[in-house]
Amino acid sequence: MTTNKSVLRAVWRYVGAYRPLLLLSVVFAACSVAGTLYVPILIGRAIDCIIDGGGTDFSALWRLLLIGGAVVLGVALCQWLMRVIHNRITFYVVRDLRAAAFSKLQRLPLSYIDTHSHGDTVSRMITDVDQFADGLLMGFTQLFTGVLTILGTLAFLIYLSPWIALIVVAVTPLSLFAARFISTRTFRLFRRQTEVRGEETAFINEMVGNLRVVKAFGHEEQNRVAYAALSEKLRVCSLKAIFFSSLTNPVTRFVNSVVYAGVALVGALTAMVNPLFTVGLFSSCLAYANQYTKPFNEISGVLTELTGAVAAAGRVIDILDSPEETPDPEKPEDPEWVEGAVSFRDVSFSYVPEKPLIRHFSQEVTAGKRIALVGPTGCGKTTLINLLMRFYDVNEGAIAVDGIDTRRMSRHGLRAHYGMVLQETWLKNATVFENIAMGKPDATREQVEEAARAVHAHSFIKRLPQGYDTVLGEDGGSLSQGQKQLLCIARVMLALPPMLILDEATSSIDTRTELKIQDAFARLMKGRTSFIVAHRLSTIREADLILVMRDGDIIERGTHEQLLAAGGFYANLYNSQFA
Amino acid sequence: MKKLLAYFRGYRKEVVLGPLFKMFEALLELFVPLVVAAIIADGIGGDGGAGDRGYVIGMVGVLVLLGIVGLAASLTAQYFAAKAAVGFSTSLKNALFGKLQSLGYAEYDRLGSATMIARMTGDMNQLQTGVNMTLRLFLRSPFVVFGAMIMAFTIDVRSALVFVAVIPVLSVVVFGIMLLTMPLYNRTRRGLDRLLGMTRENLTGVRVIRAFRKEEDEIESFDRANQTFTAQQKFVGKISALMNPLTYVIVNLGIFVLVYTGAWRVEGGFLEQAKVVALYNYMSQILVELIKLADLIITMTKAAACGRRIAGVLELQPSAVKLPAQESRPEPFVVFDHVSMTYGEGGAPSLSDITFHAERGETIGVIGGTGTGKTTLVHLLAHLYDASEGQVRVGGCDVRSLDPVQYTKRVGIVPQKAVLFTGSIRDNLLWGNPDADDDTLWRALKVAQAAQFVRDKGGLDVPVIEGGKNFSGGQRQRLTIARALVRHPEILILDDSSSALDYATDAALRRALREDTDGATVFLVSQRTASIMHADRILVLEDGILSAVGTHEELLQTSEVYREIYDSQYRKEGEA
Repeated sequence: MTTNKSVLRAVWRYVGAYRPLLLLSVVFAACSVAGTLYVPILIGRAIDCIIDGGGTDFSALWRLLLIGGAVVLGVALCQWLMRVIHNRITFYVVRDLRAAAFSKLQRLPLSYIDTHSHGDTVSRMITDVDQFADGLLMGFTQLFTGVLTILGTLAFLIYLSPWIALIVVAVTPLSLFAARFISTRTFRLFRRQTEVRGEETAFINEMVGNLRVVKAFGHEEQNRVAYAALSEKLRVCSLKAIFFSSLTNPVTRFVNSVVYAGVALVGALTAMVNPLFTVGLFSSCLAYANQYTKPFNEISGVLTELTGAVAAAGRVIDILDSPEETPDPEKPEDPEWVEGAVSFRDVSFSYVPEKPLIRHFSQEVTAGKRIALVGPTGCGKTTLINLLMRFYDVNEGAIAVDGIDTRRMSRHGLRAHYGMVLQETWLKNATVFENIAMGKPDATREQVEEAARAVHAHSFIKRLPQGYDTVLGEDGGSLSQGQKQLLCIARVMLALPPMLILDEATSSIDTRTELKIQDAFARLMKGRTSFIVAHRLSTIREADLILVMRDGDIIERGTHEQLLAAGGFYANLYNSQFA
Repeated sequence: MKKLLAYFRGYRKEVVLGPLFKMFEALLELFVPLVVAAIIADGIGGDGGAGDRGYVIGMVGVLVLLGIVGLAASLTAQYFAAKAAVGFSTSLKNALFGKLQSLGYAEYDRLGSATMIARMTGDMNQLQTGVNMTLRLFLRSPFVVFGAMIMAFTIDVRSALVFVAVIPVLSVVVFGIMLLTMPLYNRTRRGLDRLLGMTRENLTGVRVIRAFRKEEDEIESFDRANQTFTAQQKFVGKISALMNPLTYVIVNLGIFVLVYTGAWRVEGGFLEQAKVVALYNYMSQILVELIKLADLIITMTKAAACGRRIAGVLELQPSAVKLPAQESRPEPFVVFDHVSMTYGEGGAPSLSDITFHAERGETIGVIGGTGTGKTTLVHLLAHLYDASEGQVRVGGCDVRSLDPVQYTKRVGIVPQKAVLFTGSIRDNLLWGNPDADDDTLWRALKVAQAAQFVRDKGGLDVPVIEGGKNFSGGQRQRLTIARALVRHPEILILDDSSSALDYATDAALRRALREDTDGATVFLVSQRTASIMHADRILVLEDGILSAVGTHEELLQTSEVYREIYDSQYRKEGEA
């Protein structure tokens, strides 16, 4: 966890980039506050020009009002410019922060992404940054002008009447005290409300999200009772939290009216004994009393908001400060083309040191061979893929392609030679065309269509509303799992890299369609080194080499016949299919 | 929408008194400028210009008293408003929850669970806030604005005309800016959603993106979206930044005009200086309340939209047909009699003219490619949907004539998606039958091939976290199978529910199911021939049509579709 101080330093790195704007905004803020404070004085003087029973000095009055008008327009202009500048700084700062976080995301090691909840990372990068923006904007606009207004008012009041200033200074802390009392109280109540609401939301997500199961098991009545109890609990908490938080306004308003009364008292008494303290001055003081308490009440709110904003910024900066992938070598040995010979040289690997997985694994794979990875669910087949693609790096030993240690290549240089289809299909929120052409951005329409035809995807793509130009929603939108897999296969068909990784690439495609695209698959794999993870033993049987995995390690290897003859784990697994 | 008002039942007093107390507080505030004017005229200027100390102190006392009474009134009002709003939303939530549970699968399809959850949570919260704010402010703000104007009229009609001019101009500016920026804010909201979507997409697709070396492209397109978003924010920010300066100018110019006209009126002897101060104070009060009012109207509009959406769900009626109880006919246990099923309106039928029967204790396999209607068939059997045409009969009666609660208890279904609920393993299994004892639970776990890992993890009281995420996919599937078995159902449906199991476990499960289901009629849905080849009868579906029925051996001879499916999975092994 980053400390507050280092968060602030990091925030300043981003805000500091806009120093000239910041300075400008301070100038405008000062001008607008000074003007705002001056106007009540002008109005006070104008009122003094009015004399009961006749004799009003109209030319002086007119002049005062003209000056007032000019000041008011100036203040308005300064206020507007100040706001626009604040907006600009805030929006730019969060834009920079977000862009930095996103490009950081592309350099984070897979181990970070696999071990941190995606929802949490998204909310740090988007929601937290947004909250930071709100806090920053509010801090800019209200904190600075608020403090200036308070100081300015005090100065004017001391100048107008020290006694009134004293009253105001003495009574206003009451308002702060009250606001504080209420906010600490409500903080607890709100936290409680958040907890209970969290329970309620979890219950709703579960039960409403799975109403079909609820219905199928006739669990409605139990749910109704459980929800009634939960919502009643929330009702009691919410009532307290909402009521207590709604006290702030009336209570501070009350303190304000006490201040107002105090000013009225002292002002009126002074006016009686001091002829220089005119009715106009009196009403200026009253106007100040109103103006003074307002920023006071706001500032405590701003401070809470700012604390929240700093906390939110801290969460993004945590991401920005996380260690990145080991950098690519400065002079990578990236071959133009590889044959596809892969060698595992005494490879050991584990995700966490306490739980060793692959231990001292060595294997030469000649170019163009087909390697099947077999084993029960969760046995670590994807671990091997992680290592081949360098999503993770080996702890010991090395993996080499065509004799070059893959760590001496750049990651891009290595990955360019692999085509990968995963069980968990992933499609971009883009058109069908763009999705298929992902591995070959310069592909023509004909080439893309050809790839789609080869995997029997052309006909359903044609039926989509805009054919190849249909924009798929997030994660493929309304396509079925099988259709998504076909598009992912087409993607690799088009790119035609020398090495393939197929992780359950056809698991969601029904077997008849699969049969139909067998030819295309056979053509694809011909002469290409392929690593295949599959449930279906028919696919596995044809492999040149079968690696049998269990509990993360490779326990048997050989061809189908060899492994059957050996009568080990693989033989058991195979025979169970015909039990 | 009007129907929602019924949920205020039990809070009538609060709904009426809350706003009234609030209005009373506002009324007190309107007296303040008059008191100040009195202090100036009769206090400072009292006693022939020498000033009247006692009078001033008395009037200041009145000011404090107004504050205290106002505070009391306002606290009461806040309490009533909170109580009514929270109470209202609680009864509404319970009603909506009950309504959602009373609907059927057909309605769930139409609504979608994301929508239903949104109605119960986001919409509900926003509605509660809206009701609360409305009760608090709806009478207060307009009352202060127009009250100030009316008070001005009582002081001096000519000067009050300034108010008549200023209030509409202020309103136009305040409401105009809010109306103008609201759709723009919605647009920036969508821009933010887009950034959020891109980030999520990059996290889930990180392997593919890196495999295809698309990192730079992704950064580029994110930067573009980020840039657009910032530009939109800046644009709307520029407009809404106008609000404060413009209103400031209008109010202050209003005050200047007021002082100037006031001066002429004083000169003419129609008004006193102290009253001009009072008018000035009234003018200052208007602005704050008008902005609050505009805010309130936006909150109300949003809350009303939420309310309408909620009311829309409350108005739904379950579409399931209820037929009167029937005499049982002498016929096989399960009968599908020319059953067709079409989802929604105007779509192509998912099942057409399906006819078959099953005897008690038989095992029926259902096979076919994706989207051929396998799940639809078993859902109709479990009476989760009504058939569009034909009849589904169980025990000789149309399922629509059976008591739904009773019928549900006779059917155990294992859905495709293995869903577990927060609680313990025991809690989850008891969904099958709340009265089951531990022996029954363990027996079910054993059949479902789950006894071993449940014992390893620590037994029935092991907690299950949300969505069962502390279990692997295969373990979850086995637990959902056990849950259905706990029920001792007459009809057991397994809808492709062993897809995450490895072959060995799947085979052991099938063996156990054959031996130990207490004479239940079992429906096995699968894409794998291996899973269903031992069934007493196999239904082969293609494009919603029952293309063949028979045993494995018969179908290999008679059904080309079945043979093709079988070949695609076994042929090559067969030749070896």
